[in-house]
Amino acid sequence: MPKKVISGNYAAAYATKHARVEVVAAYPITPQTSIIEKIAEFIANGEVENLEYVPVESEHSAMAACIGASATGARTFTATSAQGLALMHEMLHWAAGARLPVVMVDVNRAMAPPWSVWDDQTDSLAQRDTGWLQFYAENNQEVYDGVLMAFKIGEHEKVNLPVMIIESAFILSHTYDVVDMLEQEEVDEFLPPRKPLYSLTDFDNPFSIGALGTPADYYEFRYKIAKAMEEAKKIIKEVGKEFGEKFGRDYSQMIELYKTDDADIVFMGMGSLMGTVKEAVDILRSEGYKVGAAKVRWFRPFPREELYELAKSVQGIAVLDRNFSFGQEGILFNEAKGILYNTDAKPIMKNYIVGLGGRDLTVNDVRKIANNMKKIIEKGELDKEIDWYHLKR
Amino acid sequence: MELPADVKKRLTLPAEEHFYAGHTACQGCGAALGLRYVLKVYGNKTIFTIPACCSTIIAGPWPYSAFNAPLFHTAFETTGAVIGGIEAALKAKGYKVKGEDGVMVVGWAGDGGTADIGLQALSGFLERGHDGLYIMYDNEAYMNTGIQRSSSTPYGAWTTNTPGGKKRFLERKPKKKVIDIVIAHKPAYAATASVAYPEDFMRKLKKAKAIKGPSFIQLFAPCPTGWRSPTDKTIELARLAVQTAYFPLFEYENGKYKLNMPSPKKEPKPLEEYLKLQGRFKYMTKEDMEILQEWVLKEWEELKKKAEIFG
Amino acid sequence: MAESPFKADIEKVQKEYGEKMTPGAIVYIPGSSVVNKTGGWRVFMPKFDKDKCIRCFMCYTLCPEPAIYLDEESYPVFDYDYCKGCGICANECPTKAIEMVRETK
Repeated sequence: MPKKVISGNYAAAYATKHARVEVVAAYPITPQTSIIEKIAEFIANGEVENLEYVPVESEHSAMAACIGASATGARTFTATSAQGLALMHEMLHWAAGARLPVVMVDVNRAMAPPWSVWDDQTDSLAQRDTGWLQFYAENNQEVYDGVLMAFKIGEHEKVNLPVMIIESAFILSHTYDVVDMLEQEEVDEFLPPRKPLYSLTDFDNPFSIGALGTPADYYEFRYKIAKAMEEAKKIIKEVGKEFGEKFGRDYSQMIELYKTDDADIVFMGMGSLMGTVKEAVDILRSEGYKVGAAKVRWFRPFPREELYELAKSVQGIAVLDRNFSFGQEGILFNEAKGILYNTDAKPIMKNYIVGLGGRDLTVNDVRKIANNMKKIIEKGELDKEIDWYHLKR
Repeated sequence: MELPADVKKRLTLPAEEHFYAGHTACQGCGAALGLRYVLKVYGNKTIFTIPACCSTIIAGPWPYSAFNAPLFHTAFETTGAVIGGIEAALKAKGYKVKGEDGVMVVGWAGDGGTADIGLQALSGFLERGHDGLYIMYDNEAYMNTGIQRSSSTPYGAWTTNTPGGKKRFLERKPKKKVIDIVIAHKPAYAATASVAYPEDFMRKLKKAKAIKGPSFIQLFAPCPTGWRSPTDKTIELARLAVQTAYFPLFEYENGKYKLNMPSPKKEPKPLEEYLKLQGRFKYMTKEDMEILQEWVLKEWEELKKKAEIFG
Repeated sequence: MAESPFKADIEKVQKEYGEKMTPGAIVYIPGSSVVNKTGGWRVFMPKFDKDKCIRCFMCYTLCPEPAIYLDEESYPVFDYDYCKGCGICANECPTKAIEMVRETK
């Protein structure tokens, strides 16, 4: 299989090429730009056929054009970041409500002001209620694999929902790493052409989509999306397993567990920072710490059952949030804690706010967090629930 | 039912209906009549996109649809972008777009959704040269939300957020000339049309389908509810708007302007004839009417000059 | 009597939609609006005088519903199931063959 040293953004672009995407509508924003530049290059070099590239005048229009194209039956892709994603917000709801499996890469970037182009998860997590599936990639390989799986999962007849593949600004988007890419025939076999739920080109039996839903019906349409999300968990696991069997990289777990079997303390988080955490786990284990890592791959739908199984077996969970919901707490922490409330699993949970706006999380930081967690577990009580860990004291 | 051959011959519009009765437009709705014509001309091999506007409601709440053609409902400001996306998908999938036997792509948006919130997406659609037709049905205010002024509302008009009152708080800006903004993009085809002149409108629809590239039609569509006018006066008002040169009929193609006035030799009728039939203008003073009349004639002269120079 | 041009399967609409909630609020029976008998909105109804009619098709052309179709002799037929009584036909009729009268039920 062809291995290439490429950036996360190029990994995303190659995945769209191998997925035989038919329409791309996108608007440039740092650090997403090299994705759409690469796609344009594919077209310019004649490396792709039947791909229409629509250079729209805003992100809002990018998503709107993707929605129109997807409703016309095309496999559709876009990419954005931060402010662009926020501008799309209205249409994110639209894509999900109209049940269109658009796939988008969001390069996690901090929201302004102050202006920042660096890594932060608040942009994508602010879109959590739009009905999009969300996959957080740890490395460039996961960006590539994630985009391929996203089409298969989103387009599944039981799902029909849009999927967001999320990668970190610069840490992944612009950092070169080995990506093991698939042969075109392998992808074609894994991902056949899209069979849409409906298409506007069905002229003999014309559909109208997205009409007014009165109070007598709206509720059921929402339930259908909720059910499709629930169904998506099964499909994610199926597709993740198939991917593993075919290509050797298994994605059947929605939460990837790393050395958690005998761990007392587990670090939980999403995205590229979990790479550092896994590295730290290895080092800390050699120093005698009983620690492990739980990488939440899929934030939507949330793997409630997997979290419960993990929580039953550990004493403490340190949730590392590269995001924050003002007036509340880190978003992953908030969700994980809420899920466990009605269960018998009651590990001590603490929220560490880390890495906002691209600040580095180092192995040393993870050691300090481990020491802090150890103390808390020994004492049996929290020093504080939300820790702005990096704050310049 | 098949119409007799001689009737078919005398009929100036296609006999087939693809816009179905039972729709929920108000009585005497100009927009509904416009939709009927568009669907008659294009038939069901046409993909419609409708943003938030009266036509969302007119088409019908789920599970009803008055359209015998594919229809995509979308958000307010997105018509231009969505039809661009549809056209791109059709091309990627190998469909023939426009032309005699091709698929027609139509965006159907109100004046608020075009002149205000949707202007950016419209500009993008025109500039990128998508092969589709954008129809702005102009009833000169946000009617679906309850008659609020848009930038297409004329000077002196009452709306619910220019309610007149003691302070005479009425619309004080002239109607935005969306068609001029459109023409600045040098589209393949742009035209004004009116529901009172269906043959002219339908001819323009056919042209928009035959021509390659982005087309735009601004369709004048009176709204009895919002204009506070009798429901039976819809056509009469639309006709007077043309006869007074308040809304002149013309088309733009290949850099050339062409007037399509029904009686080209006649001088415009006094605007007052048009204004006095509508409750929305009842707060206008004599002076207000003069201001609006002057604006109409100035714009009319300008258009005539354009037709002379770029004819 | 001429038949209505609207061919949507009303029975199917009424039967199927009750059970079938289509995802994405898809309406898969085009023209299903014919289920709504909008004639109930009417206050004034068009009264047609065939003797005055010159078959110019003005009423047929300008009906926004459309609730006027043509019979075998190309005279207009008023479909009172859908006519909302706007009066455009009467206002535009060049021979005053249509008169709007208050409806008494």
